[in-house]
Amino acid sequence: MLNLALSPRVANVVSRLPVAPPSLAFCAVANRLLWPALQTLEWQPLVGRRYAIRVKDLGLSLRFTVKATGFAPDGGSPDLTISATARDFLLLLGRREDPDTLFFSRRLVSEGDTELGLIVKNLLDALDPEAVLNRLPAPLARLAQRLMAA
Amino acid sequence: MSLDLVCPAGSLVSLKAAVDNGADAVYMGFRDNTNARAFPGLNFDEAQAAEGLRYAHDRGRRVLLALNTYPEPESWSRWTGAVDAAARLGMDAVILADAGLMRYAVKHHPKLRLHLSVQGSATSYEAVNFYREHFGIQRAVLPRVLSLPQVENVVKHTDAEIELFGFGGLCVMVEGRCLLSSYCTGESPNSAGVCSPAKAVQWKDTPTGLESRLNGVLLDRYGKDEKAGYPTLCKGRFDVAGETYYAIEEPTSLNTLDLLPEMQKIGIAAIKIEGRQRSPAYVAQVTKVWRAAIDAVRKNADTFQPTPAWQAELNKLSEGQSHTLGAYHRPWK
Repeated sequence: MLNLALSPRVANVVSRLPVAPPSLAFCAVANRLLWPALQTLEWQPLVGRRYAIRVKDLGLSLRFTVKATGFAPDGGSPDLTISATARDFLLLLGRREDPDTLFFSRRLVSEGDTELGLIVKNLLDALDPEAVLNRLPAPLARLAQRLMAA
Repeated sequence: MSLDLVCPAGSLVSLKAAVDNGADAVYMGFRDNTNARAFPGLNFDEAQAAEGLRYAHDRGRRVLLALNTYPEPESWSRWTGAVDAAARLGMDAVILADAGLMRYAVKHHPKLRLHLSVQGSATSYEAVNFYREHFGIQRAVLPRVLSLPQVENVVKHTDAEIELFGFGGLCVMVEGRCLLSSYCTGESPNSAGVCSPAKAVQWKDTPTGLESRLNGVLLDRYGKDEKAGYPTLCKGRFDVAGETYYAIEEPTSLNTLDLLPEMQKIGIAAIKIEGRQRSPAYVAQVTKVWRAAIDAVRKNADTFQPTPAWQAELNKLSEGQSHTLGAYHRPWK
């Protein structure tokens, strides 16, 4: 199993970062990895809504919106907030856990527009993991695969 | 042929997960209310369905299309269009509930194999044989209301193959006749394709617990460490005569691993896994366990014992607190 517990000192530093830099970084990565893969699916319902991803144990909040051109940071009041620990988010990304399972066991919390939450969940489920990993430079893709298989 | 493993797919990724982990057949739906998992972002358009069929057929597996809701007069052509698409795509079977649609399929696509959906609510061999005689259905999926001896009685008196649910979320067991959700939302699963339309569902964390509501009607309030369930009216806790409890049905998952040897003996053609709304991770994990279990039963039914590891894996994926053998097992009968 992954051991992603961070020392309290690191968590403390991360939680004090202003909202924008992590959200900016997230959007940059998402635009490079997720956006091209999303184009093969019905991504249009995501546009114009605001999202927050809360990584509870890191005290980290990623705030963004989706435009017709891609992900962009946006600190406005979110339509959908999804919260979980860093480890659970990684398990979800690696498809090692089922979101409904985490939801039933209260490890994944979704607040706001339920229909939008379901659209996001189903889009992420439908993403081809190969298509996402192929966007990464080879050494990084190998690292990601190792992390997910850990 | 017996104990075919039939697994759910809500996306191409899930379909591949099912095939890769040993499903004999995968069932899917189109991206509209012609099937009973009409959730936004879920299911297949025609191009994706074609790719899924290719993937499965290349590996010697089959694909079934669920067209298991009831058409309404003004949108009849959407359902017949879906039957036409199934035939055009080369689906191995369509799973139908509506007799009018069966008639259409027989008339226009006589070679298309028909399965009677659980939504058709056929619980007796007379009902199954009616559909067989009139529309030539090859298989019937039985509602989860019969005990195994009752299932055996159906199998003995029909030529149609019988498919049973083996694992997954349990329905209130009046499949095809349930109107509960329309009490809150005006939409029943039989015509709109979902028990609780997502647009009518609200989740809210309150000081007294996590609340789920359907169009404002409080369904349940989960304490801090209580497992949550799907927000359907049938699985809510209600105040009845001063007592608050699961007045209709407790959220629980069906798990019939223990009954596999008996199901094989009776001559069950296929075992169905519920959950087209679940993720590829669920499909992969459940399919893997059931593949191993069915292989073990086929090898030696007398010594078959579900392993603790299988049960633990399935329990983890369950809705609600527990799993059950459902109506199949009634020791008092």
